Amino acid sequence: MDIMVAVNELQSMFEDMVTARYYEERLQEEYLEGKQPAFDISAGPIPGELHLAAGQEAAAAGVCRHLRDSDTVTAPHRPHHVAIAKGVDLKRMTAEIFGRRTGLSKGKGGHMHLFDPDVNFACSGIIAQGCPPAVGAGLAATKRSEDSVAVAFLGEGAISQGAFLESLNLAAVRELPVIFVVEDNDWAISMPKDRVTDVDDGSQRAGGFDMPGVRVDYDDATAVYDAAKEAIGRARAGNGPTLLEVQVHRRMGHFMGDPESYRPDEDKEAAQERDSIERLAADLRSEGVADDDIEEIRERARDRVDEAIEWAKDQPEPGPEEAYEDVFVNPPSGVTTEEPSHELAGGDD
Amino acid sequence: MAQKESQQAVERELTMSRAMVEAIGHEMRENEEVFYMGEDVADYGGIFDSTQGLLEEFGRDRIMDVPISETAYIGAAVGAAQQGMRPIAELMFVDFFGVCMDQIYNQMAKNTYMSGASVNVPMVLTAAVGGTYNDAAQHSQTLYGTFAHLPGMKVVVPSTAYDAKGLMHNAIRDDDPVVYMFHKRLMGIGWMPAPDGPKTPVPDEPYTIPFGSADVKREGEDVTVVTLGLHVHRALEAADDLAEDGIDAEVIDLRTLVPLDTETVLDSVEKTGRLVVVDEDYRSYGVTGEIIARVAEEGLADLEAVERVAVPDVPLPYARPMEDEVIPGTEDIEAAIRSARS
Ligand SMILES: Cc1ncc(C[n+]2csc(CCOP(=O)(O)OP(=O)(O)O)c2C)c(N)n1
Ligand SMILES: [Mg+2]
Repeated sequence: MDIMVAVNELQSMFEDMVTARYYEERLQEEYLEGKQPAFDISAGPIPGELHLAAGQEAAAAGVCRHLRDSDTVTAPHRPHHVAIAKGVDLKRMTAEIFGRRTGLSKGKGGHMHLFDPDVNFACSGIIAQGCPPAVGAGLAATKRSEDSVAVAFLGEGAISQGAFLESLNLAAVRELPVIFVVEDNDWAISMPKDRVTDVDDGSQRAGGFDMPGVRVDYDDATAVYDAAKEAIGRARAGNGPTLLEVQVHRRMGHFMGDPESYRPDEDKEAAQERDSIERLAADLRSEGVADDDIEEIRERARDRVDEAIEWAKDQPEPGPEEAYEDVFVNPPSGVTTEEPSHELAGGDD
Repeated sequence: MAQKESQQAVERELTMSRAMVEAIGHEMRENEEVFYMGEDVADYGGIFDSTQGLLEEFGRDRIMDVPISETAYIGAAVGAAQQGMRPIAELMFVDFFGVCMDQIYNQMAKNTYMSGASVNVPMVLTAAVGGTYNDAAQHSQTLYGTFAHLPGMKVVVPSTAYDAKGLMHNAIRDDDPVVYMFHKRLMGIGWMPAPDGPKTPVPDEPYTIPFGSADVKREGEDVTVVTLGLHVHRALEAADDLAEDGIDAEVIDLRTLVPLDTETVLDSVEKTGRLVVVDEDYRSYGVTGEIIARVAEEGLADLEAVERVAVPDVPLPYARPMEDEVIPGTEDIEAAIRSARS
C-alpha cells in the first residue's frame, strides 16, 4: 500500500463501512415487509421513500474519521452511511426511520430528515440545500474562534445546483472551514453524469472559486482518508475550504422500488464487482490483521445493528396529537388549539 | 364490428398519467414548438409517469432531461416561451419550488404585466403534489394556495383522467403561463395505488376543458362541499357514506384555482345554505379561506354554516399516525358535513 494509514484507523473505517452496509441490508428487509408482491410505497413498517447507499461507504468513512463531535456534517437524501460514520445515535436514528416517538425527531422527520445535534449532524431531502447551512456552521466556528469544521456531503447530480455553487463562493471568499464532499456515483436517479454536466471531474468546479479541488478517482477508504486529512487539516488551521469529489458506486436503485430499467446491465454489474469494503478487508490483512479479528469487527457491527433495529421496533409510535407539537420551541398562543405544552426553550445554553 | 370498436374507444379508461401524456403527445405532434424539460423525464418517463413513452416518439431534443438546476431550466422555459415557443417544464415535486421561485413568480408570472402585455409567456409548469404516503415535510405538500396567491399564473388541478387530458390540452394552448399540479396519488402509478375515481373513460380525440369551470361531481340539497385534487374523491366517498344517513351533499371539484369559478360555488350555496371547504393545503391564508371569503362577499345572506377542513398549520409529519392526523380523511369530511348541518 502506498498510502500510510495507521492500522487502528483502517479498522475503524472498516467498522463504519460494514456497519453501514449491514444496516442498510437490514433496513431493506424491513422496508420490503408489506410491500410484496405488489410494491406499495405507503405500506409496511417503513413507508415513504428510502435511499440506500451501498457502494458509497468509503466516502463517508474516509472523511468522517477525521471529524470530532463538534464538527458539523450535513448530508443529502442518502444519509445513513454518513450518519453512521459521524457517530449519530444508531438506535434513535433507526427509531426515527421506523417513525417512532423515541426517534431522533420523534417520528416527524423520517429517513431523509435526520438530526442529531449531539454530534452536529443533519440532512435534507432537497438537492444541495445542505451546503449553505454547512457554510453557516463554518462561519459560526470562525466567529467564535473555534477550530471546528463543517462538511457538506452531496451527490454529483447536485453540483449544478445554485445552492452548491453559491456556497462554494461564500466559503471561499470568507475562507471558511468548510469541506464540500461530492459522492460521484455516476447517476442522478436516471440521469448519467455526462448528460447533465460537461466536466468529468466535478472538483474542477473549485477552480472558478479559487479554492482547492481534489478528486479521488476510486473509492478506496484509504485514499479518501488521505485526501480528507489534508482538506480538513487545512480548514482546521484556518486556511479555507476545499472541494473533494470521490468516485463511489451505486450498487442499488436510486430508491427502493426503482426498476433501474434506464441503466445498462454492464454498469450495474461493474458496480457489484467493485467493493471498497472487500478491498479494505484485503488491506487490513496485508497490514497483518488476522481474519478472526476482521470477522470480529463484522460480528460486532452486525450485533450493534440488530440490537438497534430490535430496539427501534419495540418503541412506541407517536400519538396523532403529537403532530401539533414542535413547530416552534416557543409556541405563540393562537396558532394551535392546543395549550402550549413546552418548557420555555433556550434556557440552558 | 366497426361500431363496436368505436364504442369501445369511448369506453376506454385511462389512468390520469396516461391521459396527461396523451394530451402532451398530441400537442407535440401538432406543434413542433412544444417540448418538455425536467429531471428524469426522458428514459425514466417521469418519476410519477408524467412523460411515460414520450422519449421513444419524440427523442431527446424534445423530451429533455436537464441538470438538477431548476432555476436554470425553468427560467429557460420562460425565455423560450417569450420567444414564442411552448415549453413545458416539470418541477418533480412542487416542494422544490423553493430553489427556483424567482423564475416562477417574478419572471414567468410577471413579465406579461410588467411589459404591458407586449411580452407573453405561453409555458406550462407541471408539478407533482400531495402526501398520503409518508414522504414527510419536504415531499408531501400541495402548496395550491401559494401558487394561486401570486398573480400572473393560471393554476390547474385535475382530479380525473378525463379532466387531466382536457386541462392539459388547454394549458399547452393557453398564451399565458399555466401551473399544472397533478396529485401523485391520483396518477395511477404502479407503486402508489390510486383510489377509485381518477381512472375514467377518456375520448381518443383531443378536447379542451375551459379554465374557470368547476365541475359539480355530485348534486345534493343539504350541504355544498367544495374541494380539489385527491380530496374530490375523499369528499365523494364521504357524501356516499352520509347519503345512507339521509344527508345529501353536493360535491364541487374546482378544477382550476386561477381562474376560480365562484359562480358555481355561489349557486350551490344558494341552494344548500351550508358550505364545507376541503383542502390538502395548509389551513391558514389558503384555498379554504379564499372560497369562504368569496361566498361571504357575494352570498352572505345564503350562508347558514361554514366549515373548513385542511392541513392544520404544521409541516407534514413523517410517521403514519401523525400524517393521517393532519391530512384530511373521509371521516374528517363527514364530520364537517354533519357539523355544518347541525
Ligand atoms: C431541488 C431538488 N430537485 C430535485 C430533487 C429530486 N431528486 C432527489 S435525489 C435526485 C438525484 C440526486 O442525484 P445525486 O445528487 O447524484 O445524488 P444520488 O442520488 O446519486 O446520491 C433528485 C433529482 C430534489 N430532491 N431536490
Ligand atoms: Mg449521484
